[in-house]
Amino acid sequence: MTVPGSLSRDQMAWRVARDIPGGAAVNLGIGMPELVANHVAADQEIIFHCENGILGMGPMAAPGEEDFDLVTAGKKPVTVLPGAAYFDSALSFAMIRGGHIDTAVLGAFQISRTGDLANWSTGEPGVTPAVGGAMDLGVGARRVFILSTHTTRDGTPKIVEACTYPLTGTGIVSAVYTDLAVIDMTEDGPVVREMIEGLKIDALQALSGTRLALSPDCAVLSAPDL
Amino acid sequence: MTIDKRKPTATEAVAGVKDGSTVMISGFGEAGNPTELVHALVDQGAADLVVVNNNAGTGHLGLAKLLEAGRVRKVICSFPRSAKSVVFQELYKAGKTELEVVPQGTLAERIRAGGAGIGGFYTPTAAATPLAEGKETRTIDGRDYVLEYPIHADVALIKAEQADPWGNLTYNKAARNFAPAMCMAARLTIVQVREFVDLGGIDPEHVVTPSVFVDRIVEIPKPISEAAALLEESAP
Repeated sequence: MTVPGSLSRDQMAWRVARDIPGGAAVNLGIGMPELVANHVAADQEIIFHCENGILGMGPMAAPGEEDFDLVTAGKKPVTVLPGAAYFDSALSFAMIRGGHIDTAVLGAFQISRTGDLANWSTGEPGVTPAVGGAMDLGVGARRVFILSTHTTRDGTPKIVEACTYPLTGTGIVSAVYTDLAVIDMTEDGPVVREMIEGLKIDALQALSGTRLALSPDCAVLSAPDL
Repeated sequence: MTIDKRKPTATEAVAGVKDGSTVMISGFGEAGNPTELVHALVDQGAADLVVVNNNAGTGHLGLAKLLEAGRVRKVICSFPRSAKSVVFQELYKAGKTELEVVPQGTLAERIRAGGAGIGGFYTPTAAATPLAEGKETRTIDGRDYVLEYPIHADVALIKAEQADPWGNLTYNKAARNFAPAMCMAARLTIVQVREFVDLGGIDPEHVVTPSVFVDRIVEIPKPISEAAALLEESAP
């Protein structure tokens, strides 16, 4: 179910990166959000936080230079930049819950019109429940950006009236970055800030499970070829 | 008397662990796991254990080996579902191991609280979610918080980088993760380190876990890397 002109995963990550100001402390969730690190502007000093106890995370480790005592939340070998710090898990989550992380970029199964997030479990029987740091990041980061395709692979909307999957947190999502649009979650519900070229609000609405408002300043969502 | 917590072998370090113990095991994924101590515990034979770890073991080493040996009654962790967590998945699906899933920050803070003499705390994490069901929720300054209780352990198995004879510890990079809190929360804290150093060999400014939280230490100069072992296992 591909809409013509929809953004690639890297283009989506690039778009989120544009909304992260220099100097911010940022946590990237496992999966597509990890791509955001590749797209921050070179002249922006952004401090990447890793839940397992790293502030100042750098690029992934080159093949042959992996150190398995230095891994990401997704357990991949990584590097640190000059200025980095190591700390224990209790301090790491004090940073998160205490509001010291400016932005978390997370994936989603569902986002409700009131900013509720479901991203840790589909509640499917037979699947082992696993939450990791998702709930702490959801409530603790000052802003939560969601990076996700607009619908599931079979076209089911991810932006919905109310989440039917088990919740991660309530009223925590600031903005949603999809392959089709950038949507701000406001007190009055979701407001479309950007849409890809040629897409009409009615078509976007048809791919969403709750009423979307159109910002009077709605702009074209575009990204370089990546 | 002089204090010397050094033990000659992992076997001697884990001696005396009783059936039914709650055992904290440091590590995040494959980083910071006290694999040799866990293997010594497998050989020691303690059973009916409750294990506290961030994960539920990967591959067939360390915690996965302890699970595979049928010694674990219950796992308390935040993320038991990694791709290579094959042993636990089977045990859980077969109903042979209980699971308590705790958000990672709540897990770390419950362990810290256990070691710090705190009787409980209110956290915003998990409020209004299924993981808060059956727990007291209180509104403080307009925000909902969930009451969480401390976790205490009978034994903690820890990996660190250096120890002096008193048991002052340093760690290596992100292998630190849950270890400092777990050292505090157990009645018996057993640590494997890559290197013993003399008393005074660690600058007091650089001690991460102070000696009072440590009971036994053993030197394992070349510990197994569970991650490297996993890579080898999956190599064609």
